Amino acid sequence: MSDNALPATQTPETAPFSRTPRLLRAVVPALPFLWLLIFFLTPFAIVFRMSLSQPATAQPPYTPVIDWAQGLAGLWAALGELNIDNFLLLADDYLYVASAFSSLRMAAVSTLLLLLIGFPMAYAMAKAPENRRPVLLVLVILPFWTSFLIRVYAWIGILKPEGLLNTVLISLGLIDQPLQIVNTDIAIFIGVVYCYLPFMVLPLYATLEKMDWTLIEAAQDLGCPPWRAFWRITVPLALPGIAAGALLCFIPIVGEYVIPELLGGPDSLMIGKTLSDEFFKNRDWPLASAVAVVLLIIVVGPVMVYRELETRRLEKAR
Amino acid sequence: MTRRFTLFDTTALTFGFAFLYVPLLVLIAYSFNDSQLLNVWGGFSTRWYVSLWHNAPLLTALRNSLAIGFLSAAIATFFGTLAALALVRYTRFWGRPLFTGMVYAPMVMPEVVTGLSLLLFFVSVGAERGFWTVTLAHTTFTMCYIAVVVQSRLVAFDRTLEEAAQDLGCPPVRTFFTITLPLIAPSVAAGFLLAFTLSLDDVVIASFVTGPGTSTLPIEIFNRARRGLSPEINALSSLMLLVVTVVVVGSSLVTKRAALPTR
Repeated sequence: MSDNALPATQTPETAPFSRTPRLLRAVVPALPFLWLLIFFLTPFAIVFRMSLSQPATAQPPYTPVIDWAQGLAGLWAALGELNIDNFLLLADDYLYVASAFSSLRMAAVSTLLLLLIGFPMAYAMAKAPENRRPVLLVLVILPFWTSFLIRVYAWIGILKPEGLLNTVLISLGLIDQPLQIVNTDIAIFIGVVYCYLPFMVLPLYATLEKMDWTLIEAAQDLGCPPWRAFWRITVPLALPGIAAGALLCFIPIVGEYVIPELLGGPDSLMIGKTLSDEFFKNRDWPLASAVAVVLLIIVVGPVMVYRELETRRLEKAR
Repeated sequence: MTRRFTLFDTTALTFGFAFLYVPLLVLIAYSFNDSQLLNVWGGFSTRWYVSLWHNAPLLTALRNSLAIGFLSAAIATFFGTLAALALVRYTRFWGRPLFTGMVYAPMVMPEVVTGLSLLLFFVSVGAERGFWTVTLAHTTFTMCYIAVVVQSRLVAFDRTLEEAAQDLGCPPVRTFFTITLPLIAPSVAAGFLLAFTLSLDDVVIASFVTGPGTSTLPIEIFNRARRGLSPEINALSSLMLLVVTVVVVGSSLVTKRAALPTR
């Protein structure tokens, strides 16, 4: 998409940068390219290879280890021992399948909740007087810049049995016994919705703010009731924002680790937590790697959808 | 007329912002509570701020985090800006689709996967885990955010300025430093700030790739938070909230003032 960003009258060959010395021209893409090859692609390849290995009680805790002393023969010998046992184990074990589906379910429900809370906010922000909007925008962005961890942490003090929420509810006489919220899925939902709300509100606001509101006026002048005008005009026009917000939230929530670890209970199944437990608690590096590969496959789908939507949006904007 | 602000909108905003801010305000209130217990108000006190000041592990972790954040953001700004230039200005080079993919991928990669893959990489090359491995890991994932931020600025760039300079005989490298860089500087600075914030906030990747002896502030907070609430963390969090509020509100006031004359 960035290729097309060049002004139409200019071809890359006549662009100013083509006058740069050849060597320098090569260096600009080469440096970040090399960095990413070393620190992104290579580690990724290692995870993939590790997912096909077997755990071992040794140092390092897996087999086969490539014996580089034997040269290519050692590499081939190691490759021959790789197999998909880990993936068969994952598919066979109820726990892993459940954690994958549970992550998807948690992410889907959270995204829906985020939409239900975020849409009215973004809608009201877009309708606010123009001089108020920057202030409202800063108010949404501010939590976005504050530490994610601190925002999750803040809820512990509220949701604990002796925390603020229960204290208030008991003193109001609404409940007798403290509600057990921490260590349940409800706590995870609250934490997730809280942390990702700016990610949902900002893209929604961006589309709603640009919307042509005279369309609503026209519809109402022609006798369309407000609710119908909302469903037939506002929602369809906000669809790009809804899709962007939903995917911006859904994708990271699937692999979320910090929130279920701090607010969820031992039974809360999230695939990010499963991966980390396999690695740190069971020290099963190959199985953790296999979980990582599965998690990536789960995330790839929504990412492809997102890319497709982005490309379409950019084409439309041009 | 149709942008009428109704009662429904007021309610939505009130509840929405209350939801966003009440937990943070509660946290700040707890930090001034003399009692360690959550449900007892022991009176106003700043003792947790004082004891925070004497908490050596937390202060060391803070120093580590600031150093890692600054270093990784600086290196990432260099590589990220080059990556943005490569994406916008270099339409043809070997492996460009792979390069583009690698710039965008780390942003959607689940943190646990990034952490695991980098750890396995550092183990396999025999790197000693600690300060430098965390710095390298943070550089890698933050440079992609910088590349995207700078890229958006470069796309909207008026290239006739560069052409004019070069037509008047300015050598390319000098053109870059006197024309291009000053014009994209705001986005480079924004990218640096974003990278610094992301690094300062990261707990997952850092816990994977760090070694014994090197702890960062988020790791310390996370480990204490797992055991429940700690008054010192309340105090620390409140201080961090204060810093972010001052920076965000300050910078939005500055940009607002900068934008005023053009209107």
